Amino acid sequence: MNNGKKFTLALAAVAAMGMAAGSAVADKKYGPGVTDTSIKIGNTNPYSGPAAAYGTIGKSIKAYFDKVNKEGGINGRMIEFVTLDDGYSPPKTKEQTRKLVEQDKVLLIFQGLGTPTNSAVHNYMNKKKVPQLFVATGATKWGQPDEFPWTMGWQPSYQTEGKLFGAYVMENVKDPKIGILYQNDDYGKDYVVGLKEKLGDKAGDIIVAEESYEVTDPTINSQIIALKNSGANVFFNVSTPKFAAQAIKKVRELDWNPVFLNNSVSNSVGSVYKPAGLDKSKGIVSLQYYRDITDPETQKTEPYKKWKAWMDEYYPDGDLINTFNAYGYLVAQTMVQVLEQAGDNLTRENVMKEAANLNLELDMLLPGVTIETSATDFYPIEKMMPVEFNGEKMVPLGGVVSAN
Amino acid sequence: MTTDVEVKSDPRLTLGARINFRWVAVFIVLGAVLPFVVEGYTSFQMTLVMIYAIAILGLNLLTGFNGQFSLGHSAFYAIGAYTAAVLVYHLDFPVYITIPIGGVVCFVAGFLFGLPALRLEGLYLALATFALAVAIPQILKSSHLEDLTGGVQGLDIFRPDIPAVLVDNFDLTMDQWWYIITFVIMLLLFWVAWNLINSRSGRAMMAIRDNPIAAQSMGINSSLYKSLTFGVSAFYTGIAGALSAIVIEFVAPDSFTFQLSILLFIGLVVGGTGSIWGALFGGLFILMVPNIAEEVSTGLSYAVFGVILILVIYVMPSGFAGLINILKVRLRRIF
Repeated sequence: MNNGKKFTLALAAVAAMGMAAGSAVADKKYGPGVTDTSIKIGNTNPYSGPAAAYGTIGKSIKAYFDKVNKEGGINGRMIEFVTLDDGYSPPKTKEQTRKLVEQDKVLLIFQGLGTPTNSAVHNYMNKKKVPQLFVATGATKWGQPDEFPWTMGWQPSYQTEGKLFGAYVMENVKDPKIGILYQNDDYGKDYVVGLKEKLGDKAGDIIVAEESYEVTDPTINSQIIALKNSGANVFFNVSTPKFAAQAIKKVRELDWNPVFLNNSVSNSVGSVYKPAGLDKSKGIVSLQYYRDITDPETQKTEPYKKWKAWMDEYYPDGDLINTFNAYGYLVAQTMVQVLEQAGDNLTRENVMKEAANLNLELDMLLPGVTIETSATDFYPIEKMMPVEFNGEKMVPLGGVVSAN
Repeated sequence: MTTDVEVKSDPRLTLGARINFRWVAVFIVLGAVLPFVVEGYTSFQMTLVMIYAIAILGLNLLTGFNGQFSLGHSAFYAIGAYTAAVLVYHLDFPVYITIPIGGVVCFVAGFLFGLPALRLEGLYLALATFALAVAIPQILKSSHLEDLTGGVQGLDIFRPDIPAVLVDNFDLTMDQWWYIITFVIMLLLFWVAWNLINSRSGRAMMAIRDNPIAAQSMGINSSLYKSLTFGVSAFYTGIAGALSAIVIEFVAPDSFTFQLSILLFIGLVVGGTGSIWGALFGGLFILMVPNIAEEVSTGLSYAVFGVILILVIYVMPSGFAGLINILKVRLRRIF
């Protein structure tokens, strides 16, 4: 742009702002990215790279916002969803987030995906006072309203899940010897911390082996071999879908039959069990908090039919047996609820205030699981249900439990 | 009437080198005004272009002027960046001082690497530097050093507030302030490089590149010059790395993979290997073109980048600086 055009644009912008200020009703307060007819929301998702399996979450969120926009938007405003690829690489996330905040001037960053990626922008978002809302990771550190008032998670924290797995082992496995495979970052280590906390003093005796891997590693075969050789009879798998599928294949290949505990992050028929082999994935135990869309029983329910109708109309390319598409549906609904509660007061501060003021039941969550937040509780979902995969679908092993 | 021979000879050899003050002055004025007429994010991008230009100039001193092939400059960039980050994060050093410290640490690292590398020529040196480049990200991620380096998640560092007098009187933003700092550092380093190239040492460096045996026979201490050039080259790239850590306010191992070495190399070739100011064009290329390629197609961004690169090399085989030189000669003939 040459100077003349830039100057005219600047003049026009000042004039527009002046007019807007003059005509603004006292009730309407707008943060960056908000107008009378639109709300700009930013997001980073891995559409390429080692975690590309999660890319469908970003697409399903976009599809849900398309539905909301078609039905009139939120209080008359259309959602402008700007989602950028970060390839699950922390420096790329920092670059894209900075672009969204400083160049695109979004109101907030919603559902950034990944633990290492969100860690890279954690301090930045809080320093800049931009909401880092409903991050797509369960790391426990996202629920600290005192130190990081602008960041909030959504799903049950990994430590909570680790504790629930620990409880399961203590109740159901005689003489347990646990071997752990975990991703070498905050996400993987969080689960291990939760498990060890639940096992307490016995952790040192029960956990016989711990093997870590890097997200950039091509395979985890050597780690699985080491775990089998440790004599473990319980295998706690804390890995993302690509590696979980590899782990399942390798465990069966080695003719090893431990009690297979799989973190909820990789508890997906479409992304993990099908690629690994449905037969090989039999008997895998995990924890769920939303309805299993692969279960024929679920498919008879009204909530499922509504979900499927949405998929057919707005995300026809999406996989109907990929649980991430139900996850995306649910988080998008949560975001819409927050924006609706904010009404015409769409400043960043008020958005965070309403996010910390949720008491919500969504029909695709398991009955009994609720979304509750308060000024001191930044963990929206804290209840889960143990399930076992029987080769076709997840079978409940008891009821919804809470870690507290 | 001029003969062909006179036109082709490098004027620097016959007339003695002179800085073209007019062009430099124009450049300084335009560069100084830029951050005040564009948006903050664009200033930030231009700052990154200058940082890349400094790193590319470092590589140019080694490869373009001294003939030592290096695929490992991402390692020196990383060392500079992490030196700055670790000093600020763990030891609370003032941010500004970490820039020269990063440079000095890299000078030592470069010199120490250059010494055993004396035995290696061409392809073998390339391989040795390649090994350095791929080792560094993994070393940075390793659990043994995690407490220091922050592992995969890296380290955040925050820039200190701008001196109040500048904010009050000029309404300076953080992006503008660091653009100016980088601009001044870049001008300084470019001037030093120009003086180096046009001195006896510079001629010795180029002699070693052009004909190492003849150079040694003339009494040039080849080993010393080659190691020192490695050190100086690493110094430049280290300063660039430290600046990048500060301006981006974040370091992580994935920012410094072998791909960065290749990008710097691409910047060197596209800018022009024998030229100092060509590094700026190289920096511009490696910042802008990947972004353009991603906009054309997310899935095929590398393929698009490759096509653009091939076209550029085809149109300008001796880089942008080479193209300008050819145009200058052609224009002189016409007028």
